[in-house]
Amino acid sequence: MALCFELTEEQELLRKTVREFAEKEIAPVARELDEKEEFSYELTKKMGELGLFGMFVSEEYGGSNVGYISYIIAVEELARVDGSQAATIAAGNSLGIAPIYYFGNEEQKRKWLPRLCRGEILAGFGLTEPNAGSDAGASRTTARLEGNEWVINGSKIFITNASTDISEVVTVQAVTGKRPDGKNELSCILVSKGSPGFIQKPMHGKLVWRASNTSELYFEDCRVPAGNLLGKKGEGFHQMLATLDGGRLSIGAMGLGGAQGAFEKALKYSQERIQFGRPIGKFQVNAFKLADMATEIEMARLLLYKACWLREQGKPFAREAAMAKLVCSEVFHRVANHAVQLHGGYGLMKEYDVERFYRDQKILEIGEGTSEIQRIVISRYLGV
Amino acid sequence: MKIIVLMKQTFDTEAKITLDGQGKINRQGVNLIINPYDEFAVEEALRIKEKHGGEVVLVSVGADSVQEALRQALAMGADRAVLINPEMEEVDEFTTATILARAVSGLGYDLILGGWRAIDDGSAQVAGRVAEILDLPVVNQVTKIEIEAGKAVATRDIEGGNEVVEVSLPAVLTAQKGLNEPRYPTMKGIMQAKKKPMEKKNLADLGLSADQAAPKVKVLEYFLPKPRAAGKILEGEVPEAVAALVKALREEAKVI
Repeated sequence: MALCFELTEEQELLRKTVREFAEKEIAPVARELDEKEEFSYELTKKMGELGLFGMFVSEEYGGSNVGYISYIIAVEELARVDGSQAATIAAGNSLGIAPIYYFGNEEQKRKWLPRLCRGEILAGFGLTEPNAGSDAGASRTTARLEGNEWVINGSKIFITNASTDISEVVTVQAVTGKRPDGKNELSCILVSKGSPGFIQKPMHGKLVWRASNTSELYFEDCRVPAGNLLGKKGEGFHQMLATLDGGRLSIGAMGLGGAQGAFEKALKYSQERIQFGRPIGKFQVNAFKLADMATEIEMARLLLYKACWLREQGKPFAREAAMAKLVCSEVFHRVANHAVQLHGGYGLMKEYDVERFYRDQKILEIGEGTSEIQRIVISRYLGV
Repeated sequence: MKIIVLMKQTFDTEAKITLDGQGKINRQGVNLIINPYDEFAVEEALRIKEKHGGEVVLVSVGADSVQEALRQALAMGADRAVLINPEMEEVDEFTTATILARAVSGLGYDLILGGWRAIDDGSAQVAGRVAEILDLPVVNQVTKIEIEAGKAVATRDIEGGNEVVEVSLPAVLTAQKGLNEPRYPTMKGIMQAKKKPMEKKNLADLGLSADQAAPKVKVLEYFLPKPRAAGKILEGEVPEAVAALVKALREEAKVI
């Protein structure tokens, strides 16, 4: 009886609730927000009221503590309808809330988590830099202690949720010295909005996640209290890796949910669109595409849920998280491609949402560790 | 203030109805939901509770599968639920109302809410029957409820306008679309719902015999409506087409 593929009654109800919310509240506005490249404060507020922020945070800090699988199901259901809103929630939880929850001290947690969990404010995770993408160790942003203040210099790029009107705090990874082995010592520091020398700038002209907030951050002799250090000095690299391991599961959920959404649209269209006197889904060439899509989605779901289950059981999950992120994003790539192909010319038009899914898919093979980096992570576990 | 909500689980509004080999409605694989009118009643009960304090108790008649719908209403914020399984093949409005009235009278109440009808059989009888058995006033199809000391002021839709009715409590009020916009269960609510009490009872627990609750109505046959025939386009010049249309409306459609 050890293997069990059933979700609990609560997880089923949670899925139903988030699905209904996404279909009623997000679906009607998703296309317009995407077209205008507009972050929606209204939807963020509604998602906060529903309790979609702080899903793995204990109740004493304002979370709903529904567990990791439930969180992943919620992200999956949002992504089934709209990648941008799923991104706001996935980044809000895995990158915004998680580092503060897992590595913050009591004062930092009390200060930030309750409002973050209500969705009243957002936190960003400042890791990527213009010259430090996959090579995260090449960070050039520095922080030095002057009296009882950190003085930060440098910049960050592609940071989700970090420059909205409610982006109150960013966890910034900075070089704080040299390690005995000569490599850079990295630490994470909380920088709140309005700190002197801190500039938050939204990025525009995106192909993907156009209704999600992406930011450039600049630190020009930016000063924050010494007490804003997250955990201990020099723990930044470890904190970053641990955060990304969790983040990969939510990216996987976005791939899975997006693939599911694109598949459902393609299936419906294939049953309705008549060519040569019958629904196009009746043609074997199309039926086989749909069969492949459904099969790959099932495979991706099993792998992702297993990785989440490992995490929820407190077992090592980093290898499976990398595999799940890789598979879910690449399955979404193929499914979105088939979905547009099945829609033919209409698939290229904004009126049919598969166009948006086709674009939104691409980030998942790049963000939070490219597919290539996932393969490096996995191959290292193989000992090659 | 103790508020009872009479709740029914129904097929999803988008469910495709089919008949099984025995000519019964096929329940396999159908998505089940809270009857939407009952969901308005749940929401209204929660709003009244939030304003005036008290307790919201859900009562439903049906099989074990109804627990799912009750759990959802508990996740919305109701306090507890009672599910009575009549263990009968078929029930009618008399059966359901008899059981509900007995269960409700054992619970005590200041206000009883329900949907004005269920979207499946659409009979709109149960709440009224419960009121009759309990000897309570009933106001149907309300779109607004104000609670004042010992009474409710309810606004209901009538043809061409609204009617405002004052009724002493306890009373039965049935919800119409427009009463409110039901909330989504929150993530916290979903977690709390599993800890909330859900009592499961049968007829004997209520002191009812199968005879006392036996249905008065027997369904003889279920059949699906005929598929809609293709439309007809009338050819020719307008005067002839109009004449043909009038003739078709009179002789074929028999609507004029």
